[in-house]
Amino acid sequence: MIFLLMRRLVQTALILLGVAAITFLLLYALPADPARMIAGRSATAQTVANIRHELGLDQPLLAQFWAYLKGLTEGNLGRSYAQKTDVGALIAARLPATLILMAAGIFVEVLLGLFLGVIAAVRRGGPVDRFVMMASFVGVSAPQFVAALLLLYVFAVTLAWFPMSGFGTFAHVVLPATTLGILGAGWYARMVRSAMIDVLNQDYVRTARAKGLSSARIVFRHALPNALLPVIAMIGIDIGQFMSGVVVVEAVYGWPGIGQLAWQAIQQVDIPIIMGVTLVSALAIVLGNLVADVIAPLIDPRIRAR
Amino acid sequence: MTFPTAAPTVLTVNKLCVDARTPEGLRRVLDDISFELKLGETLCIAGESGSGKSVTSLAIMGLLPKASLQIASGSIALEGRELSRLSNSAMRSVRGGDIAMVFQEPMTSLNPVMSIGAQLTEAIREHQGSQGNTAEAVALRMLDAVHITEPAKRLKQFPHELSGGMRQRVMIAMALSCRPKVLIADEPTTALDVTVQAQILKLMDELKREFGASIILITHDMGVVAQMADRVVIMQAGRIIEQGNALPVFNAPKERYTQDLLAAVPRLGAHAGTDGPPRVSPQIGEAPALDRAPVLTVRSLDVTYGKATGWLFGKKPPASAVSGVSFEILPGQTLGLVGESGSGKSTTGKAVLGLIPFTGDVVIDNCNIGGLSQRQMRPVRRSAQMIFQDPYASLDPRMAVGAAIAEPLIIHGLANKGERGDRVAELLRRVGLDPDAASRYPHEFSGGQRQRICIARALALNPKLIVADESVAALDVSVRARVLDLMLELQETLGLAYLLISHDMAVIERMSHNVAVMRSGRIVEMGSRRSVFESPRDAYTQALMAAVPIPDPALRHVA
Repeated sequence: MIFLLMRRLVQTALILLGVAAITFLLLYALPADPARMIAGRSATAQTVANIRHELGLDQPLLAQFWAYLKGLTEGNLGRSYAQKTDVGALIAARLPATLILMAAGIFVEVLLGLFLGVIAAVRRGGPVDRFVMMASFVGVSAPQFVAALLLLYVFAVTLAWFPMSGFGTFAHVVLPATTLGILGAGWYARMVRSAMIDVLNQDYVRTARAKGLSSARIVFRHALPNALLPVIAMIGIDIGQFMSGVVVVEAVYGWPGIGQLAWQAIQQVDIPIIMGVTLVSALAIVLGNLVADVIAPLIDPRIRAR
Repeated sequence: MTFPTAAPTVLTVNKLCVDARTPEGLRRVLDDISFELKLGETLCIAGESGSGKSVTSLAIMGLLPKASLQIASGSIALEGRELSRLSNSAMRSVRGGDIAMVFQEPMTSLNPVMSIGAQLTEAIREHQGSQGNTAEAVALRMLDAVHITEPAKRLKQFPHELSGGMRQRVMIAMALSCRPKVLIADEPTTALDVTVQAQILKLMDELKREFGASIILITHDMGVVAQMADRVVIMQAGRIIEQGNALPVFNAPKERYTQDLLAAVPRLGAHAGTDGPPRVSPQIGEAPALDRAPVLTVRSLDVTYGKATGWLFGKKPPASAVSGVSFEILPGQTLGLVGESGSGKSTTGKAVLGLIPFTGDVVIDNCNIGGLSQRQMRPVRRSAQMIFQDPYASLDPRMAVGAAIAEPLIIHGLANKGERGDRVAELLRRVGLDPDAASRYPHEFSGGQRQRICIARALALNPKLIVADESVAALDVSVRARVLDLMLELQETLGLAYLLISHDMAVIERMSHNVAVMRSGRIVEMGSRRSVFESPRDAYTQALMAAVPIPDPALRHVA
């Protein structure tokens, strides 16, 4: 376990370095000029040049990147061009809201996916199975903003069960989390179903049947833990998918998280914020995988042995 | 061995019929099955694949897959209580309680994520209502009863930490833990090594007495039947062909099918006193003139698995799979490589064909393949081909048989389109199939026919050496005998050399000129077949031979 953590630490550093380099290059290649955006349309060439110098944008690319990395090692994510404040502080202020949204989204996704997937597998071939498969297909195919608008129309406008937007109470979380979770729930339902069908055909499930155990015990004690293994690995990878969903969902529901921060920063070509959010997302993905790697051996003794 | 007829009947199966649901409607898979199991006896249900012996056991357990199989008529009664019409929950208490089952595959029959203890106590709690410590104490006693060492430690272990033989012992402990009246064992030793098989059979016999259970033993292996059975039921294609006490069925089988089945069973020692395998082709004079130079020479072959993997602390200690193996094979001769699982015999076969990295010398047809690249290997591959174990998995299901056989010709650029068809037809005829087979697909053929197709594919390049790794292990005895005859005939007419890898001593004896016995990656004994089989020097070879069940109930040595 200590070896795993140490290996992961080195890997994480390398991954973050790679992500930083690629993002930096991409942003540099953009036709938009951040100095001009900050100066405004009517600014003179001199003002733009001054701003450019002030931000260090007139330096060679490599020098800029080096300076940025040096800042990173000191825990400094740089200063926002537009908001003139520390990026680290901006992200830190927004991060809790996003984490709440993500946790709730993953909860909805996994719970719904597991529930539907297990039911479909146990009732394989029946009407329940067919309904779940169709519903999951719709869930997977519907773009997130469409799902968001539909949920808003039904539950916020027509039924008025939940608020349209905002942040603060439990009721505020429900619709954004559901929107975020629906897409993944569709994937998970399909994955859990096929994993469960596979496991239910295994010899050890036949052994469990031959012992005279109840169906519930066979499904939940014998089959489900085995079917969960691929799902857990998937959740780790899924965090990346989630981050892109967060940007859309936060925008639609006016959720004050880093997704919104990123959205504004992209419009203003506020490179330090974009960099910061990208790095935090990459870190989240790496951490998600690490958590999956730590949980998997708790379920599967065969991994523990290695 | 013979039972007083006064022994009470435990289980009665009467006129049982089972139908399979197919797209074309119902198809009868069990027809009019009737037999009785008396208290304390071992009843063996024997038959080849598709005979319905496993379906019979699942029907008794009430475990027929509902979607595909259903009981059409007949009755299954346990001590007078009808089982086939019991409700699901009533059947649950019978299952694992009154009737318990042990399955074929110990490697996959235990849940990999549950500890041995959890899996054992689960059944005990379910059927005996005992709580916490009591169940654990029973589990401990059971592990002790099946002679597992350090039972307390095993309870906390997981299946992957146990060997196949130990897992099967755990399965037996689990099955007997609720003191069932009937124990159904479906091919319980088929997946095990022959020495482990002998131990498990002995254990079952011992526990039958100790626990007072009656046993239904389902097997394809007439040797096992002879060792274990008080009475025998012979099944074929869903019907009972013959049943009766073991001795009369073996000594004077009434039915033609039983006679054929018993005749096809290879017997160890059947070829004593001869040097080579029996001739099977009629035209003795036409044997090709053969070089005396070996077609394959192996010198100090070493294979090591698990080189350093991953970066940064990700190293596994390398494990030696084969070490210091040397042998040679002359044209037209067969070297039988025999050993138990993990002995390194398959690894040796793969190394000989350059399919895995190795050190040492492997000289095929005067060409040393050590250190050759895949590209340089290509011409050598023409001289050495392989036939695999599983004829179902080693043919591409989406490729017509003709295309599969022609593929090596295409890869080696040996025949143009016109010639290819003729060559494929010739090869199919050679292995005893109709040339029309070329346009059909693998699923249209039986296991034996598929193995013939695999042989035809291996022959396409006119190889001098064929490595046959457990090539008949997946086939029924009668089919097996015919495929072995085909291989012998090809050897006589084409002068082929075989490296025959098998765990089956009888197959090795029938086919080989020379025999090498492997254990833990080394050859422990090598010599002519006659010397190895008739006067084995090594203790391991002797143990291996002694463990082979003899298909004659009069000579049983297990119990």
